[in-house]
Amino acid sequence: MSLFLIAALPFIGALLPGLMIQAGRNTCSTWTGIISLSALIGLLVHAPAVLRGEVITASVEWMPALGLNASFYLDGLGLLFGTLILGIGCLIILYARFYLSSKDPMGNFYTYLLLFQGAMVGIVLSDNILMLLVFWELTSLSSFLLIGYWKHLPEGRQGARMALTVTGMGGLGLIGGMLLLGHIAGTYELTELLEKRDLIQADPLYVPALLLILLGAFTKSAQFPFHFWLPRAMAAPTPVSAYLHSATMVKAGLFLMARLYPVMSGTTEWFWIVTLAGLITMVLGALIGIFQNDLKGLLAYSTVSHLGLITMLLGFSTEAAAIGAVFHIINHASFKASLFMTAGIVDHEAHTRDITRLGGLRHLMPITFVITAVASLSMAGIPPFNGFLSKEMMLEAAAHAQLGDNAWLIPALATLGALFSVAYSFRLLLHTWFGAERHDYPHHPHDPPFGMWLSPALLAVLVVLIGLFSQGLVGGIVQTTAASVLGNHAHPHVHLALWHGVTPALYMSGVAVLGGLVLLALYRPAHGLWHAVPRPDAKVIFDAIIDAATKLANWITDTLHDGKLTRYAAIFFLFTVLASWHAFSGGAGVTLPREPMQADIIPIIAWFALIAATGVTVYYHRHRLLALVVLGIIGVVVSLSFNYLSAPDLALTQLSVEVVTIVLLLLALNFLPEFTPKDSGNGRHVRDILIAVFVGGAVAALSYVIMLTDFAMPSIAEYHLAQSHDLAGGNNVVNVILVDFRGFDTFGEITVLGIAALIIYGVTEGLLGSKVRQKLLERKPNHPIAGDEHPMMMVVATRLLLPIALMVGVYIYLRGHNDPGGGFVAGLIVAIALLMQYMASGYDWADKRQRFPYHASIACGVMAAGITGIGAFFNNMPFLTSDFGYFQFPPLQKFELATAMGFDLGVFLAVVGAVMLTLESLSRLAYRRGDVPDEYPMDINPSRQPKNEDH
Amino acid sequence: MSHWIITPILLPTLLGAFIVLAVRHQVALQRVFSLVGLSLLLINAIGLFVHANTGDIWVYELGAWPAPFGIVLMLDRLSALMVLLTAVLAMCVMLYAIGSDWDKRGKHFHALFQFQLMGVLGAFLTGDAFNMFVFFEILLIASYGLMTFGGGTRRLQAGTQYVIYNLLGSTLFLFALGTLYNVTGTLNMADMGARVAAMDPEHASLLRVGAVMMLMVFAVKAAILPLHFWLPESYAAGPAPVAALFAIMTKVGAYAILRMFTLVFPQDAPAIAGSYDVWLMPVIVLSLAVGMIGILGAKTLSKMVAFAAIGSVGTLLIAIALFTPEASAAAVYYVVHSTLATAALFLIVDLVVSRRPQWQDAIRADRPMPQNGLVSAFYFAAAIAMAGMPPLSGFLGKLLILDAATGQWWIWAAVLITSLIAIMGFGRAGSLVFWKGYGLPETDAPAFDHPKQPLAFVAIGALMAGVVALTVLAGPMHRFAIVTASQLYDSEAYVSAVLNNATSESMAHDSSHEKEGTEGADTNEGLLDTEGGAHGTEHPAKATEGEAH
Repeated sequence: MSLFLIAALPFIGALLPGLMIQAGRNTCSTWTGIISLSALIGLLVHAPAVLRGEVITASVEWMPALGLNASFYLDGLGLLFGTLILGIGCLIILYARFYLSSKDPMGNFYTYLLLFQGAMVGIVLSDNILMLLVFWELTSLSSFLLIGYWKHLPEGRQGARMALTVTGMGGLGLIGGMLLLGHIAGTYELTELLEKRDLIQADPLYVPALLLILLGAFTKSAQFPFHFWLPRAMAAPTPVSAYLHSATMVKAGLFLMARLYPVMSGTTEWFWIVTLAGLITMVLGALIGIFQNDLKGLLAYSTVSHLGLITMLLGFSTEAAAIGAVFHIINHASFKASLFMTAGIVDHEAHTRDITRLGGLRHLMPITFVITAVASLSMAGIPPFNGFLSKEMMLEAAAHAQLGDNAWLIPALATLGALFSVAYSFRLLLHTWFGAERHDYPHHPHDPPFGMWLSPALLAVLVVLIGLFSQGLVGGIVQTTAASVLGNHAHPHVHLALWHGVTPALYMSGVAVLGGLVLLALYRPAHGLWHAVPRPDAKVIFDAIIDAATKLANWITDTLHDGKLTRYAAIFFLFTVLASWHAFSGGAGVTLPREPMQADIIPIIAWFALIAATGVTVYYHRHRLLALVVLGIIGVVVSLSFNYLSAPDLALTQLSVEVVTIVLLLLALNFLPEFTPKDSGNGRHVRDILIAVFVGGAVAALSYVIMLTDFAMPSIAEYHLAQSHDLAGGNNVVNVILVDFRGFDTFGEITVLGIAALIIYGVTEGLLGSKVRQKLLERKPNHPIAGDEHPMMMVVATRLLLPIALMVGVYIYLRGHNDPGGGFVAGLIVAIALLMQYMASGYDWADKRQRFPYHASIACGVMAAGITGIGAFFNNMPFLTSDFGYFQFPPLQKFELATAMGFDLGVFLAVVGAVMLTLESLSRLAYRRGDVPDEYPMDINPSRQPKNEDH
Repeated sequence: MSHWIITPILLPTLLGAFIVLAVRHQVALQRVFSLVGLSLLLINAIGLFVHANTGDIWVYELGAWPAPFGIVLMLDRLSALMVLLTAVLAMCVMLYAIGSDWDKRGKHFHALFQFQLMGVLGAFLTGDAFNMFVFFEILLIASYGLMTFGGGTRRLQAGTQYVIYNLLGSTLFLFALGTLYNVTGTLNMADMGARVAAMDPEHASLLRVGAVMMLMVFAVKAAILPLHFWLPESYAAGPAPVAALFAIMTKVGAYAILRMFTLVFPQDAPAIAGSYDVWLMPVIVLSLAVGMIGILGAKTLSKMVAFAAIGSVGTLLIAIALFTPEASAAAVYYVVHSTLATAALFLIVDLVVSRRPQWQDAIRADRPMPQNGLVSAFYFAAAIAMAGMPPLSGFLGKLLILDAATGQWWIWAAVLITSLIAIMGFGRAGSLVFWKGYGLPETDAPAFDHPKQPLAFVAIGALMAGVVALTVLAGPMHRFAIVTASQLYDSEAYVSAVLNNATSESMAHDSSHEKEGTEGADTNEGLLDTEGGAHGTEHPAKATEGEAH
């Protein structure tokens, strides 16, 4: 079977359980098992070739430019791990079928499990280390889902998050490490990379790469000081613990170290870090394990300890140690998975895993007892079980290891670790299964159904067989695997046998067994001592760190984003000015070639008016009406200055915009309180004044420099001036720029205007039915309202003005192309004329006479401008290409027609529509549906009685 | 000649206007027109993408005014990709808005949506600095309308802050344009780039100020610290489909930085050198950090995603601010990922909000919501994508960025550490919102009933499918990103495509007052060596009309 298929099968298969669960739990688990089994068979088909020393590869490009490819290869190490993952996977699937209760969603479980399986197979088959990273993190994610599988248990959720955080951290470190490694070696393909030992170890980046990679490996394989997540992960259902957290996933870190062994090992850094971490983990894990009352907790710490053992062996960097490591991986997987499953059986049957509540189970559950006994004796390293063999190899290797100049520390500690290991193994065996039968089990236990004990039993059989016939059964695979681990075309000499003769290891082993039994005999005092000594609780520390991190994150986030716009704006201004100043000061400075204009007396007066009006606005800004009126002065002065500086178009536009905005703002002010409340203290005011003056000064300086410098390069404006008449048919360059040269900008801007009006409509519409409006309607005005709602003088005047204003609008619109004017100004003038009708005669009266919806006016405007532009398409010209011609129809004089007029009509309509829709929207807020419309357009009419005393 | 380069702008504009004109009271019809319009837009965008992928730079001179005197639209690989991305995103978001009935909660949703697209697409397609300002205005005003859509005090308050802050940015944009025009005398981007390249560093102080102010404007849009303050509250308070659509808005800022600071103000131009490169990367890394810390520090899901958006754009901007072709290729890849993932996450949070009437988006436990499993599965996938964990495209994007930043280890450290914070934040929120509820005691309250909203799930599924496709097809996509980036750094190609003839002539245009004749277009086609008529604008000599007067 192709390696692609082997790796992909579990992923593809992960869809099945979710679907098959509809057909029942048996179908679901059967299909899951079939998937796993097919992948296993597919893998084993390659076994003969791999054992012959061949390497199977399969590769397809993924992101070749990055060096990330979906390339797989299968060597001894991959085969060993693949077989463990898929083989134990099959057993776990069988076991889980009986373990999960009918309330647990089995489909989800098997889906997660297969996802995990696929990720794990991916890791061990990856040739590309970047792809290995992908699978690596996938195991963390699927492990997260599996640990948190029982969502209702807080331990499950917290354990899942702890595992994700710790292994996630390692994974991120590993990303860095792998990228560095690939950077050094120039390739991300393991098959090439593993050949470059000298290059890699000579590189200055070797140490950072090593540290980051080991961070990944140690967190995954629960090495000290990252070991604490593994026992918390035991909140997962037992099949998960057996599978992920003892047999496979936690060995991914070991796999990684073994995989990179040929290029990373052998250096001093490697030896010290890996050996010490392994050694400490082995001893510490075993020690804590002794005093665990939870069966799974004990097994978890035992796993930690055994992982440390293997890590230590890899750290030794010798051939014998590597062989021992490989062999122990097999043995540990077999006995530990078996033990986890039996612990699960006990939990399942007795409804507790607490050793202090158990004991004397051997007669109640004889089959389970035999399995447990075999596996735990193997764990203790008792002959003839397989655990004994690899433990001997470990002790042998430890006996020859030196820590610097110290020759006894490692052997002594290794023996101590083995001693603790014996102690907890026998505690598990004796305290759970031996002793008197009790009558207070939470549930009366008996042996489970065949399907449930089959899996651990098969593993127990393996434990015995490997112990007895080690060389024949696994000698070949250990040989091949050790060859891949050692790399560099090594041919390790593997000889596995029960009896090695009388070696130092045998003595150490004997000491360990005896010492362990003595320790167990002294369990009570030892237990008392253990609990008397204060120890740091990893969970408490971890939770405290996470809690502090969360609080800190919370504080940073809330402090930074306190919702105060003034502060945000202050930061904006200061940052902008400082960055601009930084840019400016990095340049060569400016010279100001132009002479300032001579100021006449009139502009100086206007200038003073401008300054004074600004000052008044700032000073009285809380007095809204006054501020608005004074703002009007500023607008007028600005318009005048435009006019003075020869920009009549701008002046005209500015003036009309000024009128319209002031009217609309007055209307809006009608709904607002008269005064703005004081919302900041004096200190804040001083700060704001300083910032305002600073930023204002910066803008003034910028403007001053701009006005007194020339273009550094010729400006495009010259072209506009020169071509306006000849090519665009208009003498008014401003208008030609607006409707032709840069008509597309105008097209956008009228859309902006239209959108703004639509939004005002939408927002006020949202307020219509709200409490806000109710408040508005019910409020009492601060000042008495004028007696006449619709004064006759005004009504008459506006009526008279309307046709004149409309005519002026049309005139301004038509002359626009050649003289100051244009659609924009015309639109504003017409809008003002209409606004006046609403002001003078009232909303009801005006609205009744207005039959064309303003929405439509905006839309028509935008569409008219757009369609005029599209017209050019039919002439095979780009959007907005203009055309013009001169026509003469007697008795009229010769006149010009330009397509730009159509465009300008659009501008006109959009402006009128936008202004009027705004007015309408605001007016509706004050309009009461229940109100009786005014009977007369004018309040005072000599021919009838004056309206009465309402006011 | 072909006009397909401008139809992505015209179609939404006219459709928006049409919806206002004819069907403003019929939501059902609005939906029909919206979907038809978006489908056409999608087809249009695909066509443009295919065209741009030939390597051609398509220049469209509006009003047939020759560059640099009129406005040009410009389509290269990058803008074609952004247009396509916008079209895809808009389609998904629209489906969600319809599927969740969001569009019925106020007035003019569909019209504003179309106008928003007009602004975004215009910003991607324009080759003129002032025209970009106009499109920024359109997208700002339309986004303000969308953000306050449906009303409510919190939304209006957030909208006010949003619009005021962004108006500060717009004002600055005008200052920047004024300054730049004053120095260079042009508004056309390619022309400006050519002039900046030729500028004497001795007289460039003002130019440097203009360039940096321009950068500030884009930094506001892209939400770079400390100019990001408008984002968290407004994205969190805005309607979810709008926030999802806004996933492209921060990218407009990022796009503009990438465009303007490769074409017009490259770091190595003597006149510009040293004006922004000192502080840009540090503030970007800072915004990455603040965004990712916000994921852990936020108290509501909406805020969390808003901060995730800041962090994601921060990651993107790291790639942009490295200003190397390799890093820009990473940015091109990552921008697609970031947009799709951010949008998906916003929509998923909305699913949660609408299914938890009591706690809404608060990060705390509640009884399991209707469709808890499905929603949490989507959340899980989107969070993985957003945090940049394997196997989704976020991880590949991060690998590319790290690879491009090799040697700058502090960037590596920042990216990797903030990823961990993001993982912690997403894990915590997901566990509390989706899992913890199962541990709460049963209550007597009747089960909350909620419509299934299949269309909403389809929309999110489509976005996630996009992320998956980006992962699986990472190879071709990355190849595309590489050629896109190399095109960006070939400024010569843009200058000659836009100005038709050699740069020197455009500099000396004051001597020639003739609108260019057809020869110009010929040169253009010759230079670009692609199928005729696809690019460049023909200019029949308008001068012939001169005889009329």
